[in-house]
Amino acid sequence: MNLLAETRGDMLIIQSLEDRIDAACAIQFKDRMRELTQGDAPRVVLDLTRVAFLDSSGLGAVVAVLKALGPARKLELAGLSPSVQKVFRLTRMDSVFVIHDQVPVALRNAG
Amino acid sequence: MPATRLTIPADPLSVRDGLRHLIALPPLCDLPAETRITAEIVLAEALNNIVEHAYAQGRGQIEVQVSHAPPGILCQIADDGQPMPEVGVPQGLLPSIDRQGDLPEGGFGWYLIRTMTEGLDYQRIGGRNLLSFRINDG
Repeated sequence: MNLLAETRGDMLIIQSLEDRIDAACAIQFKDRMRELTQGDAPRVVLDLTRVAFLDSSGLGAVVAVLKALGPARKLELAGLSPSVQKVFRLTRMDSVFVIHDQVPVALRNAG
Repeated sequence: MPATRLTIPADPLSVRDGLRHLIALPPLCDLPAETRITAEIVLAEALNNIVEHAYAQGRGQIEVQVSHAPPGILCQIADDGQPMPEVGVPQGLLPSIDRQGDLPEGGFGWYLIRTMTEGLDYQRIGGRNLLSFRINDG
């Protein structure tokens, strides 16, 4: 499961290099995300720019990641393709996450 | 108008592969982008349901046929797995998002299928599951 993590300012940005988060890889995605978010970065941004397709399994995995972060940390999403947007919108899960068109710019002085 | 018929082994990676082929062939490749997006989501959900439940992740084949049915397409999916429970196709109610409670991680699949299709039909004939639905433009 190809995910790239980078800290920028107050954000832990995790970019999916996979183009699908679906039934074939949802469990691996969830496990890898949990590994990468083991620290305590309060703001995690999942960059989905390269993700062309996400199904209900992928959605469930993203929700699982959110829940595993706990109430003190935020999970935001960025770069949703039309197809991915559709899944979040129809299920109303777009109201649960902060969703950005693009990965937010890092603040120069964090903390 | 040609229909496309494909037999897909019942595992998630083969479903991915099969979807890729179906999207690239008529009638799906001729659909407007929005309808094609809908079709890919619906077919992924229906096929993954069969992998997960009808075959309970065991071995099997899934037959998919997609044909022109203006104003959209007709999808017919057949498998030899276990039948759906007596009540038939799940109601597919949207899992509720209760902010104070536990967010749902599952149960979205049938909701997505029902929301984006018309004429959803399930039959059990001769030891086979037959699922069909239409996806219309707009």
